[in-house]
Amino acid sequence: MEQFKLPLGNYIETFVDWLVDNGASFFDAISESLEWMIALFTNALLWFHPIAFIIVVVAIALYFRRSIGLAVYSVLALLLIWNLGYWVETMQTLALVLYATLFCMLIGLPIGIYAAHHPLFYKILQPILDLMQTVPTFVYLIPTLTLFGLGVVPGLISTVIFAIAAPIRLTYLGISEVPKDILEAGQSFGATKRQLLFRIELPAAATSIAAGVTQCIMLSLSMVVIAALVGADGLGKPVVRALNTVDISSGFEAGLAIVFLAILLDRLFKAGQAK
Amino acid sequence: MIEIKNLDVIFGPKPERALALLDAGQGREQIREDTGLVVGVNNANLTINKGEICVLMGLSGSGKSSLLRCINGLNETTRGSINIEHNGEMIDFVNADVDTQREIRMTRISMVFQKFALMPWLTVAQNVAMPLELQGIDTKEIKTRVAAQLELVGLDQWAKLKPSELSGGMQQRVGLARALVTESDILLMDEPFSALDPLIRTQLQDELIQLQEKLHKTIIFVSHDLDEALKLGTNIAIMKDGIIVQQGKPEDIVLNPADDYVRQFVAHTNPIHVLQASSIMRPITEMLLTEKGYCLSKRHDYWLSEDQQQVYYRGDKFSPQLWQCGQDIAKLTAAPTCVPADTAMQDVMEIRYHTDHSVFIMKGNDEDLDHNEKIQGVIGDKELYHTLLGKMMLED
Repeated sequence: MEQFKLPLGNYIETFVDWLVDNGASFFDAISESLEWMIALFTNALLWFHPIAFIIVVVAIALYFRRSIGLAVYSVLALLLIWNLGYWVETMQTLALVLYATLFCMLIGLPIGIYAAHHPLFYKILQPILDLMQTVPTFVYLIPTLTLFGLGVVPGLISTVIFAIAAPIRLTYLGISEVPKDILEAGQSFGATKRQLLFRIELPAAATSIAAGVTQCIMLSLSMVVIAALVGADGLGKPVVRALNTVDISSGFEAGLAIVFLAILLDRLFKAGQAK
Repeated sequence: MIEIKNLDVIFGPKPERALALLDAGQGREQIREDTGLVVGVNNANLTINKGEICVLMGLSGSGKSSLLRCINGLNETTRGSINIEHNGEMIDFVNADVDTQREIRMTRISMVFQKFALMPWLTVAQNVAMPLELQGIDTKEIKTRVAAQLELVGLDQWAKLKPSELSGGMQQRVGLARALVTESDILLMDEPFSALDPLIRTQLQDELIQLQEKLHKTIIFVSHDLDEALKLGTNIAIMKDGIIVQQGKPEDIVLNPADDYVRQFVAHTNPIHVLQASSIMRPITEMLLTEKGYCLSKRHDYWLSEDQQQVYYRGDKFSPQLWQCGQDIAKLTAAPTCVPADTAMQDVMEIRYHTDHSVFIMKGNDEDLDHNEKIQGVIGDKELYHTLLGKMMLED
């Protein structure tokens, strides 16, 4: 049987090689501009003194979430991260996660809306989304690495590929579950398609879309260690280093920082409790 | 004014396929078996004048909602025309271009929904403001118009609440205010009160009647409840399997049901609010005239003198008294009573019960009653029972 092995892997490799040969300057341009944007945002976050940053987070917790418990938690969690010496890495990870979420929403929201309006498109989209979520991350890490080079960009792109299915699915769900009668109410008062989308469908789907944002953040966070493997800075790096040197203590500390950050982001962005 | 002409609605892909079959006289079931298409409405013709409330009546699946929803294009009309007055001329909505249709929806027609269809994330005031915002009217004008509308339906205190904080009846008042705020002259109401409990339903029906006296809209109202139709409708169209089987004034429907389907509806309704004395009386022309006068009942020795001034009952002589709408029935004496021709059956029954005598029906209506008018008929127990049991005198 193996004598007639289908050269599937070769095809993909030839295709990626072709992309590298013909689109090198294009991919370099993308890579450089993304890297510049992330660096800018990371520096902006680091420009805040940790205390100033903590005050901002507490203000958000109190103003948007109306939760004293969350404010107290934010202070303790961020002080601990600062104390453990992972402040810079945490800000780098935060920048990567927020960027990945931003891209996921920018791409995922329109796709989700389009899919909800075109059932056939969603049928085709569904297996692709399944594929993106189930293919082991390392498989597409290799081609993104060859295309974009080492650093934060392949990490970001892999994260987006992995996380984008959630906002697409939840946007689709939210829009397609808008009650028919309120859509008809809009139509009966002469709303255009655009007005229907912005004044009825999106507000009605807001809870579901917000859930998509939270999920996207969590999925992105779960990718930080893998992103670190291809050279992205952040909390993943000490974990990878600890793995290579079998350093239990620093591995545990960095892992703890990731968990604290995850809980903080989840509580800050969680849908359904706004106002 | 709305004119619906030869309107067909067929649901399913490529609905034109069913039109030829429909023209060939095939039934709904047959067409579904042959093509898989569902006939929603079959050759509907209906005219609704300004200031009228036309009630579309029928069981679920009879096509009443489908027909209603064609008028503002929520359902697509497969064939036929719907003429609506727009900017001083009659326009066929079905064949109008998209922009005109949209304009008509914004300014001419508004709709009230069965399940209210309010936006749960907006306040009451914001919900009512929405149709105006879609039109791009400036904020100041919207504010004053919304406030006026909320006051009209008695919701001004609740303007800042969310719909979910209100009861069903209140929510439908918001739906009504939202429909009225555009000042459109046509109002489509798709079973607006069906989701409410009976007491609130009656209350909102009364409010609608009061509003209509003020506003004179052209209203098309879908209902599956004949009592509601009889109460609200100036005209009623009864539908079955997509066909309008009978249309007419409420009294026509109750007195002359066109077929068994309509008769079944009528059998379950209470006619005493709908019928007028003149339509259930026994005409005097049908009575035997002898030298003793008109014979009301031989068995009871009951006579009306030929000059109609005296009534003889088992030898006693009575002069009929006059009753008119608004008078206290309890003050009538135990003697025959004359009433105007348009007296409600309910009042006739009460007078009959109180006076223990037959009720005599005069020729004129209550408003323009001439006291010297002649008597044109009589209502006794027999007439009342026949009407209540759904049998008319003609069938006797």
